[in-house]
Amino acid sequence: MPRIPFIGRKIEDTKMVEYPSDAIIPERDLGKVPVLECRHLGIDFGGLHAVSEFNLTIGQTEIAGLIGPNGAGKTTVFNLLTKVYQPTYGTILLAGKDTAGMTTDQVNKAGIARTFQNIRLFDTLTVEENVMIGLHNEIGCGMWSSIFRLPTHFSAERRFHERAMELLDFFDLEAFASAPAGSLPYGAQRRLEIVRALATNPKLLLLDEPAAGMNPAETAELTANIRKIRDEFNIAILLIEHDMSLVMEICEGIAVLNYGTIIAKGTPEEIQNNPDVIEAYLGKSQGKDEGPASPEADDHGPEAAPAAAAPKEA
Amino acid sequence: MAGRSRGLSRTTVSNLVTYALVVIAFVVVQAMVSNRMLTYSLQGQLVPICAYIVMAVSLNLVVGLSGELSLGHAGFMSVGAFTGIVVAASLADAIPNPVLRLIVAMLFGGGFAAIAGFLIGIPVMRLHGDYLAIVTLAFGEIIKNLLNNLYVGIDDAGVHFSFSSAEALGMAQGGKVVINGPQGAVGITKLSTFVIGFVLVLLAVFVVLNLKGSRSGRAIMAVRDNRIAAESVGINTTKYRLMAFVLSAALAGMAGVLYGMNYSSIVPKKFDFNTSILILVFVVLGGMGSIRGSIISATVLTILPEALRAVNDYRMLLYAIVLILVMLVTNNPTLKQLWRRIKGSFRRTPKEPAVASEGGDVDA
Ligand SMILES: Nc1ncnc2c1ncn2[C@@H]1O[C@H](COP(=O)(O)OP(=O)(O)OP(=O)(O)O)[C@@H](O)[C@H]1O
Ligand SMILES: [Mg+2]
Repeated sequence: MPRIPFIGRKIEDTKMVEYPSDAIIPERDLGKVPVLECRHLGIDFGGLHAVSEFNLTIGQTEIAGLIGPNGAGKTTVFNLLTKVYQPTYGTILLAGKDTAGMTTDQVNKAGIARTFQNIRLFDTLTVEENVMIGLHNEIGCGMWSSIFRLPTHFSAERRFHERAMELLDFFDLEAFASAPAGSLPYGAQRRLEIVRALATNPKLLLLDEPAAGMNPAETAELTANIRKIRDEFNIAILLIEHDMSLVMEICEGIAVLNYGTIIAKGTPEEIQNNPDVIEAYLGKSQGKDEGPASPEADDHGPEAAPAAAAPKEA
Repeated sequence: MAGRSRGLSRTTVSNLVTYALVVIAFVVVQAMVSNRMLTYSLQGQLVPICAYIVMAVSLNLVVGLSGELSLGHAGFMSVGAFTGIVVAASLADAIPNPVLRLIVAMLFGGGFAAIAGFLIGIPVMRLHGDYLAIVTLAFGEIIKNLLNNLYVGIDDAGVHFSFSSAEALGMAQGGKVVINGPQGAVGITKLSTFVIGFVLVLLAVFVVLNLKGSRSGRAIMAVRDNRIAAESVGINTTKYRLMAFVLSAALAGMAGVLYGMNYSSIVPKKFDFNTSILILVFVVLGGMGSIRGSIISATVLTILPEALRAVNDYRMLLYAIVLILVMLVTNNPTLKQLWRRIKGSFRRTPKEPAVASEGGDVDA
């Protein structure tokens, strides 16, 4: 994957799209407006600069990764992108459009969907209903036509059901369709969250630690699913993950966050060999964890270091 | 719909059972009335029971479906009652047919209560949980106090309003005071009947059940289950919380008209905090979100004090004891588990238990 050699690269169709000089865009997305562009994004919580000077550009069908030690501010970035928190500084462009002043639901309508680090399903509702709620803005039907059971209600319900089952099928969840979402096994709950997010027909899907708590087999399946989502839905994915082998395997561009700022951006190879990244992870494990672990990590090379430093999610 | 391939879905069956229950109860009671099998006092309770059922069902829309604790529901009932009484009185000549007049009065009563619900809802929807409960309580009391100071009279020139005294209405000769401050509405032409009460109950059940199984109802329940997740999938949470609140107020207003027009006079004090709590007790006891439960508990708990009239001196004591016992029994974990096991043996559920996600840290 090439670095953009200069700002404002000229593409065959003579369309000019400006990328920041440090952006990493997959070749196939060049010349297209990036799905997401953060400029000088930041938020303060009282005196704490939880995130600052966050600049990131993501291509239209890119799988990007956001990594960093615990408490680095990764989830906070997601909350900024989805306006759960209003940014203190900076701008967020979604497919070229400024999201300033939007609320969380408006950002979703504009094209960002997400999952949560601590699963947030509609526990008392069924799996199918959870997906139907994801389809809320895809299929219209007014309150009065539902109350008086007008024909539009029935045709809408039919479309809700068909589309929901289609999506559940895609992720092997159709067997659970009428079970309460809260009763699902952990792995299935995580998958359902992804299905619900996808139901909103996003341009950009944010996954917050999708592999947390999964065994290797489940992680492998998740990896395949993430690729499948990108290929079939033709959307961009930004994922936060502590499982380094997963990140290095599927991400095309990676940004590393530490103490709220990006300390490195690059391809997986570049990140693995970046001394700042290694220090961010090792420095942390030396300071907090038992000392003898770090010389060992040195032997395993840079790839092992981040994985070893991030065993919080079990 | 969900269960198309397997015939009727569980929800559809459950809804049909509820409708059947209401209709059967109506037929049985009607038969008893025509055979003079009901005591005079019990017969007098039929319309209030219908009104309380509608109140409980509509409050369940807010408490059960939307998951908000509202403590001012009686306020909307009183807005409906007094609006309906004024409308019915001023249309006495225009619409001679009593049933039609009552229906028009109900539409106005429901409409005014909906407007009150909307106006109160806008500030209230900025709040959640206990704060919302406290503010709805305050609004209920404000409405009651406003009505305590309201004077309405009707003469040939039309309807007169005043907030100071009956004399301030300045009515022409032959004018009639319809609402007289703390004395409330006087000289009401009784229009409510059990049949109309039954129809209103059916309507309320119809509205709430239909809403529940729809796009809007799912959005309301999504906000209840997880507000942040609902926002993240593009649901305008304020809109749907307000929808439940206003619709609930409208139904309460109609119940108020039914209730108010069942008596020859009625005071605003009738719709105070105690009434709001009574209705909340119906909802909680019947099970939050369970429409059938609301209907049954509203009926039983309205009849109970009457049925205990034989032991007049102790009747409120017994009522309280029964209430406490029912609460204890329905919340008993052992009994609950037993019930779940009985239900579980009839139904296939996923075997693996839910794994709680680790909480604690700042997620969203
Ligand atoms: N609402 C808030 N108020 C105050 N501080 C906050 C708030 N939200 C997050 N923080 C702080 O911001 C920092 C970044 O937290 P964040 O949850 O984004 O970390 P993270 O990178 O997602 O970590 P993890 O890997 O553990 O999930 C932490 O120090 C956290 O305590
Ligand atoms: Mg996090």
